[in-house]
Parts: sequence; structure tokens; C-alpha cells
Amino acid sequence: MNPPIAIGRTSEPMSQTMENLIATSDICIYHEVEYTFISSLSEAGLVELRVINDTPYVPESELQKLERMIRMHNELEINIAGIEAITYLLERIEQMHEQLRLLRNRL
Amino acid sequence: MAFIDYYQVLGIPKTASEKEIKDAYRKLARKHHPDLNPKDPEANKKFQQLNEANEVLSDPEKRKKYDKYGENWQHGEEYEKYQQQQQQSRQQSRSYAGEQGAGFEGFGGEDFSDFFQSMFGQGGRPAGGRQAKYRGQDFNAELQLNLKDVAESHKQTLTVNGKNIRLTIPAGVENGQTIKIAGHGGPGANGGPAGDLYITFVVNDDERFKRVGRDLYATTKLDLYTAVLGGEVTVDTLNGKVKIKVKPETQNGTKVKLKGKGMPVYKKENEFGDLYVTYDVQVPTNLTDKQKKLFEELAADAK
Repeated sequence: MNPPIAIGRTSEPMSQTMENLIATSDICIYHEVEYTFISSLSEAGLVELRVINDTPYVPESELQKLERMIRMHNELEINIAGIEAITYLLERIEQMHEQLRLLRNRL
Repeated sequence: MAFIDYYQVLGIPKTASEKEIKDAYRKLARKHHPDLNPKDPEANKKFQQLNEANEVLSDPEKRKKYDKYGENWQHGEEYEKYQQQQQQSRQQSRSYAGEQGAGFEGFGGEDFSDFFQSMFGQGGRPAGGRQAKYRGQDFNAELQLNLKDVAESHKQTLTVNGKNIRLTIPAGVENGQTIKIAGHGGPGANGGPAGDLYITFVVNDDERFKRVGRDLYATTKLDLYTAVLGGEVTVDTLNGKVKIKVKPETQNGTKVKLKGKGMPVYKKENEFGDLYVTYDVQVPTNLTDKQKKLFEELAADAK
């Protein structure tokens, strides 16, 4: 049984909102992925990382997206270029679903 | 409980090699993976079936047992139980039940079919298996509303997975619109954050109004005399009846706009759409002799 992992909370200037941050090392251990994979996703602009005191964190709002990409990589053996293309296409599909919903409501 | 042909699920012959099973699973998993088919329950179901088939056929022990009984698995199980009783009666240490418990521990689980559970046991699936999530699972719920319900913001308490959640339904939500309630999904693993709850609003059609975005459309009956001579007509709006003036010589099918009598605009306070009323002029029936005569006079005059 692994001990619970604490979720970090950053102290940003007062003007910014507080956001939960999760250490990438925790995610790497849990999902058994190398940090280089997560940093490559970040370099490709697919996930936003925040570095505080040389420690990279993932904002909680990015976690769902990141975990989806990790599953694509681990379970379906899709590389970063493939994940990038899929992410773009999924966004397109989401937009089209929304348009379809609006058009259906007009019928 | 129906027999499941795992070979058919993966589209492979019974003679398939381990590599062929793996390749078939990968190919189909890429097609039906829930992450690639968001909001598609059918794909999700198909993916569960693929996982189950792969769980059995990629494991030599399970595959052997499955192949041995095939479609006659129920009879096979009975036969095994009979054998087990025979063995126990001979006081042999090894029992079938014991083998099942040890050999297949850690598999199965609520995602798998009754057929699988029956054949391979009830053991829970290992944490960190497929679809492992550090962040909790997202929940989806559907809320049925009437058009009148979304005419103004109101609070409602929902029960989702045994938990009461109070939420404000914002005025003007549209049919099929989804809102996210952060942190009300499943709990995270190993201290990870909880998932979110997504509520999709299903706004039922209203018999009086047709909604198009922020605007409403309605039809109202107008008697011939008011249409010809002008006057007033009472029309239904979402928040009560209003009287509107009818111009003389109004044609059938004329559309009038009642500004601000449409739907409230989502997340924009005090902003409303319009209500468009179309007149459906009613030609009188069952005319009296006098009325008929008057119409004849009118007709003669119009020639």
C-alpha cells in the first residue's frame, strides 16, 4: 500500500488564483512513465507544466488531459506525434459535436 | 447467462497464435479505446469486451480452460464440480475450487461479464491495470428539465451516487448543454484529486413554444374579424399572458416580434431573447344565414 501523495498548493501573488499542483514525480511513479515523456508532451505544447524551485508540477486542471495521453502511450503504443494529431482531431470532433447539438436544437 | 465467443470478439480463428491475439487486440483497442471515443457508451462497452477477450486469450491458463469447455462451459463446470466432490470424497488435498481461487486471483471484477465471473472467479482486478487513473473517474449525469424550468435560475438538489449535491441551474441553459461540477466525480487513487461530475441538461420540448437559441417561436389563432378590422389578441409567453395589438388587415402567417419575451441569455443577467408570434387566421365556420349574406355582399362589393 503506497502512502497517500500530498497535492502541492502554490503560494502565488495575491492577484493570481491558487491552484492545486501535482508533482510530476508522483505521476511518473503512479503511471510508470519516464519524466522525459511528460516533458516531451510539454515541449510539444500538449500539456502545461509549472516549475517551482526546479521541481516540475502539473496543474490539476491539466491532469485529465495528461492522464489521457499517458494511457494512449501505455495502452495503445501511440507516440508523441500520434498523440498530437489525435488531440487535435479530438478537439475538432468536440467542436463538431457542439455545432451538431446547436443545429439539432434548431430543427 | 450467455456464452461469449472471445475469438469472435477479437475477430481471430481458434488457432490464432499469441502474436495474432496481441495484434488483433491492439488494432481493435485503438479503434474502440474510450479516450479516443469520448462520450460514446457503445465504444466503451466494446472496449470492455475486447479487454475481457484479451484477458482470457492472452493468458495461456485461462485460454486452455476456455478452449476446453467452449460453448459447453456450463456442463463443464458441473462436471468439474462433480469431479471435485469425487476427489474430496477420496480425501485428496487438491480441490478444483482451491485451484480456481489461487490461479485466477486478481482478475475478473465488476467490469467483466457474468460469463467471465462464472468461469474465472470473482476476484477483483488489480489496481493499476487498464484505464488506471490517478485522478478520479469523471461521472456523467443527465437532468431532465422543462422549458419553464430554465426560464430563470433556480437551485436544485441532485442525488448522484448516493451523495446529495446542491447546484444552481443557470437560466437559459440549452438542450444538450453540459456543465462541470469540479471534484464531485470518483475519488482519486493514492491521494490523487477527485474526478468531476458532468451534468447534461435535457430540456424537453414545450408544446407552446419552439426554442431556437435565445428566441422563442409560437403560433396563435386570430379570428378573421380581428385580422381584418384590427384589435387585440392575448398570447402566451413563458411568464404569463400578454395582450398585443393587431393591425387592421393583418395577413395570415404574419409574424410579430415581442422584444425581450424570449429565453434568458445564458450567464448574461437581464438579457433576453425575443418571442416571435405567427398569426394563424381562422376562417369562420357554421355561418348563420345572416353572416353568409353579409359575406356575399362583401364578395359582390369586392368584384
